[in-house]
Amino acid sequence: MSGMDDRKTNEDFILELQNIKKYFPIQKTLLDQIFVGRIDYVRAVDDISINVRRGEAFGLAGESGSGKTTIGRLSIGLEELTEGKVIFNGTDLASLKKEELRKLRQKMQVIFQDPMASLNPRMTLGTSVMQGLLIHYPEKADQHRDMVVSIFEKVGLTPANFYINKYPHQISGGQRQRVVIARALITRPDLVLADEPVAMADVSVRALLLDLMVQLKKEFNLTYLFITHDLATAKYICDRIGILYLGKLAEVATVQEVYQKPMHPYTKALLAAVPVPNPRKRRTEPMPEGEIPNPINPPSGCRFHPRCPLASEECSMIEPKLEELEPGHFVACHHAQLG
Amino acid sequence: MEKEKLVKIRDLSVSYQTRIGTVSAVDHVSFDIYKGEILGLVGESGCGKSTFGKALLRMIDPPGEISSGEIIFNGENIMEYDYDRLRDFRGRRASMIFQDPMTSLNPVQRVDEHLIETIQVHEPRTKQNLALQRSKVMIERLGIGMERLLSYPHQLSGGMRQRVMTGIGLILNADLIIADEATTSLDVIVEAKLADQLREIRNDFGVSLLLITHNIALVAEMADRIAVMYAGHLVEIGDIYKVFEKPKHPYTQGLLASVPNIRFDTKEQLYKMPGEPPNLTHPPLGCRFHPRCPHALPICSQREPSLLEIEAGWSVQCWLYQKQSNEERSD
Ligand SMILES: Nc1ncnc2c1ncn2[C@@H]1O[C@H](COP(=O)(O)OP(=O)(O)OP(=O)(O)O)[C@@H](O)[C@H]1O
Ligand SMILES: Nc1ncnc2c1ncn2[C@@H]1O[C@H](COP(=O)(O)OP(=O)(O)OP(=O)(O)O)[C@@H](O)[C@H]1O
Ligand code: SF4
Ligand SMILES: [Mg+2]
Ligand SMILES: [Mg+2]
Repeated sequence: MSGMDDRKTNEDFILELQNIKKYFPIQKTLLDQIFVGRIDYVRAVDDISINVRRGEAFGLAGESGSGKTTIGRLSIGLEELTEGKVIFNGTDLASLKKEELRKLRQKMQVIFQDPMASLNPRMTLGTSVMQGLLIHYPEKADQHRDMVVSIFEKVGLTPANFYINKYPHQISGGQRQRVVIARALITRPDLVLADEPVAMADVSVRALLLDLMVQLKKEFNLTYLFITHDLATAKYICDRIGILYLGKLAEVATVQEVYQKPMHPYTKALLAAVPVPNPRKRRTEPMPEGEIPNPINPPSGCRFHPRCPLASEECSMIEPKLEELEPGHFVACHHAQLG
Repeated sequence: MEKEKLVKIRDLSVSYQTRIGTVSAVDHVSFDIYKGEILGLVGESGCGKSTFGKALLRMIDPPGEISSGEIIFNGENIMEYDYDRLRDFRGRRASMIFQDPMTSLNPVQRVDEHLIETIQVHEPRTKQNLALQRSKVMIERLGIGMERLLSYPHQLSGGMRQRVMTGIGLILNADLIIADEATTSLDVIVEAKLADQLREIRNDFGVSLLLITHNIALVAEMADRIAVMYAGHLVEIGDIYKVFEKPKHPYTQGLLASVPNIRFDTKEQLYKMPGEPPNLTHPPLGCRFHPRCPHALPICSQREPSLLEIEAGWSVQCWLYQKQSNEERSD
């Protein structure tokens, strides 16, 4: 069993992922299934444990296909687990009936990458944002409009009455993402899953959105599960971060620890690859060989071993466990080292 | 050492006719591209970067139109080329790699066929086996395994496809490669490798690279010079080290200060640029940046500043740097 055992301090965890797995079956023809007699799986999430503390921003980073989105969807019950447990506010999601899960959803909201795709083009912005209230607080119908105005002001869409009557195509991309944030926050969630929320925004808009998310987190006591492939962005919002490689956690610690003292060779390569906006600090480190392998038949032992500069025989045979090598700093590598 | 000029762009303007009016996407832009340099072109979405890049190859289709200007490539004004010469120019002298190579690669053609065809279209007398030989050399040069020559585009990873596109751009020894967001959809490690390869190619072939991107950190990583566009204007161009150290134009200052930096030794607060980029059917009068500028002077909303060289090789389009010529211009 690989996992993060940081429960000793009796902390208040809002979200506990316990050895979660998600295997997607590969679609094959019926004939294949009969004659080969075996279904292949994409091991999108393969035995991951994370405890998210109430009030923190926990980042999940890694390259495309590493399983970030799938973990996010599993965390809020949008996807069924292959194995493991997801515990939200002390409740095992699997123990809930559909209706109960739907009720709980108001406490776990989502912000996706593309605000245009997540807003109904034929609904005014005000109506879109009000939907959550209609579902979760129908009894407070007389207060809905005031609540919408208030949340528009909080996300910086002022004057609120001007924006409420607009349609998505009439505002900019950055403003649209503010509407999506408003819609997520209006049901007063405890946990916000943000899946690449600023990936489509221009640099200057990105800076504004990140700042807004930091402000709102304080004001509404939110916990963020912040998914990103951009480590530089994660630095400005996340307290802790988990680095994923092919459905496995390679390293977990505070952002500062991971960025300043990375221990996993993959984390090191990933950090080195991120360009720095300073021409006097150009990268000199070489990049790892090869490309990310196929998640259907991931490499034996440590999944990074075919590309790892430190790989030994042990690495190709034995899967390294995620271990706490320094207080609060977890690494899954046989040769984890500082420097 | 005087750097040799490959392209001289003079007074280039491109506009699009749309239902709601004329979009002034590139407005009277002039600058040079040197031989063998990597020039990064940055700016917000919609500021005209791609339009500019396409205009360099005269690839603007209706409703767009190059409404003014000259593009002098190696001494020849390509605005005067007829269709045949233009077609030969694209590919042989200058070529473009895009964000999504899938749209420019033929899905039913293998990698070797792409390369051989590129050679034979421009050099019809080249024999098949010679063309194949050159293709192999190029593929190897780009760090792609020989076995990939027989692959179809969909069998390649995104980074691999980008390298094939780069190979197609280079196989005829083009002098200029325009990479328009070529690394944008790639993962960082793949992007870093492609960046290394592009740099090596520049060093080995002496080709000039126009790197169009909104990834400012990537420009810091790769480029020799940086050009900054705002709302169709070229507002600053200069040496990469100097501009990053002390940007002159208020827009460049704000832009660079809003770029996240992974290092912990830098300022933790990102600059929050006020306002929104303008609508290019009705751009602001005067300096197009004035409504968002923290240093705007009264004149900024009335008259357009011109792009002035304020130091050797460093030009800025901003009233803050043209006080002397201010009086000259007002009479
Ligand atoms: N519904 C699905 N059916 C089959 N495979 C899937 C499905 N969803 C995801 N996958 C696969 O699972 C793996 C992880 O995908 P996921 O979307 O979680 O990655 P990600 O880290 O979010 O990537 P990206 O950065 O590209 O968004 C990938 O190999 C993906 O192809
Ligand atoms: N075919 C077209 N028809 C009408 N307007 C166009 C067309 N292509 C571009 N434009 C407009 O011209 C302006 C410049 O667009 P361009 O694509 O050159 O910007 P860009 O800087 O490349 O942006 P991005 O970073 O989003 O790629 C924009 O206002 C855009 O809406
Ligand atoms: S010209 Fe004026 S408004 Fe424009 S950037 Fe310079 S100071 Fe600001
Ligand atoms: Mg994803
Ligand atoms: Mg573009």
